[in-house]
Amino acid sequence: RRPSVPTAAASGGKIEVLLKPVGDAPIMKQKKWSVETNKSVAWIIAFVRKYIKMNVSDSLFIYVNQCFAPSPDQSLGNLFDCFASDGKLVLHYSTTQAWG
Amino acid sequence: MPQDYDVTRQVWEGKVPVEFVLAAHECTIIDAPKPYYAMLPRISYFPLALERAYKYFMSAVDESEVNKDDVWLEYDGYPLKWHYPVGVLFDLHKTDDVLPWQITVHLKKFPEDDIIRCAGRDALESMFMQSLKEADQLKHRGEIVNTMQKRDHKQLWNGLVNDRFDQFWLVNKKLMENSGSNTFHFVPMRLYKTDKPYRQVLVKPMNEAAERTTLAEACRIFDPDFDSSSSRVVSHGVEVPLDTPVIWLAENLAYPDNFVHISILSS
Repeated sequence: RRPSVPTAAASGGKIEVLLKPVGDAPIMKQKKWSVETNKSVAWIIAFVRKYIKMNVSDSLFIYVNQCFAPSPDQSLGNLFDCFASDGKLVLHYSTTQAWG
Repeated sequence: MPQDYDVTRQVWEGKVPVEFVLAAHECTIIDAPKPYYAMLPRISYFPLALERAYKYFMSAVDESEVNKDDVWLEYDGYPLKWHYPVGVLFDLHKTDDVLPWQITVHLKKFPEDDIIRCAGRDALESMFMQSLKEADQLKHRGEIVNTMQKRDHKQLWNGLVNDRFDQFWLVNKKLMENSGSNTFHFVPMRLYKTDKPYRQVLVKPMNEAAERTTLAEACRIFDPDFDSSSSRVVSHGVEVPLDTPVIWLAENLAYPDNFVHISILSS
């Protein structure tokens, strides 16, 4: 690996995550978050749900590259290493299934 | 054809004998049930086999006492992750040579902190498809999986569920295209160690010297301290030679979700 490529391990255990709403999902006032690499997708789902004050019965989906929904136990560090661009991991959140 | 038919066929046909034993002390038992035996494809998933085992065990317990969503599997103290392929769990957790693989079926005390719940076959299908999309995102920036029809996706899933090699590969070969504009950008690989969440990093088919990236090189991308003298690198129950090009692994040893799943075990 070239040293110029940022990795989750090289970033001091924290990565930058940018959260973007899809469709009619409520907007988050703060979009950029610094998150520990060992946190999971399930954790970020719970975090967004709490932040936008969702009902317990409503679902929330998280997407990478506007393409796939990562497994709930996938670590954000892995997603950062594979799918980050410009030093940020962009995650889209939606209250309905947005991409298959 | 980049695939070696004999290899992909053998990978498809790999099976492990499993003995499911009910954790009987956790419920009121009318008549203690005998174990449930099954030959499970390594490339398949536990929930597909569990439906029959569950039905079998339900005949022995008071059904009002049990909730289907609370069922979980355990081996050697480890709750088994239902969304990992059977072969990955076997390679990762089975440390001795004793067969069949004895797995305890629990009906109570679901370990919420360790594993996620399986909401049935549909949840498994959706998880499988998302994993496949993720793999194609790494290989072809998602361009192949996203241009497929819904029926192609169904054919992949049904091929796996019904153990139809030809049906599955008819569609899967499109995801395996590795030439011209469809050349793999990265090799979808996940690396497992016991007691740790798996790692997934970017592995290029070719290294800086424009040679094919080897498994040893990939292991060092995952873990700079990787020591080949004290590790066994296993996939599909086979210790994989470290000079194997990762592109060969992606084309021949990938699981149906198109990821190469590798376990690193201490030797």
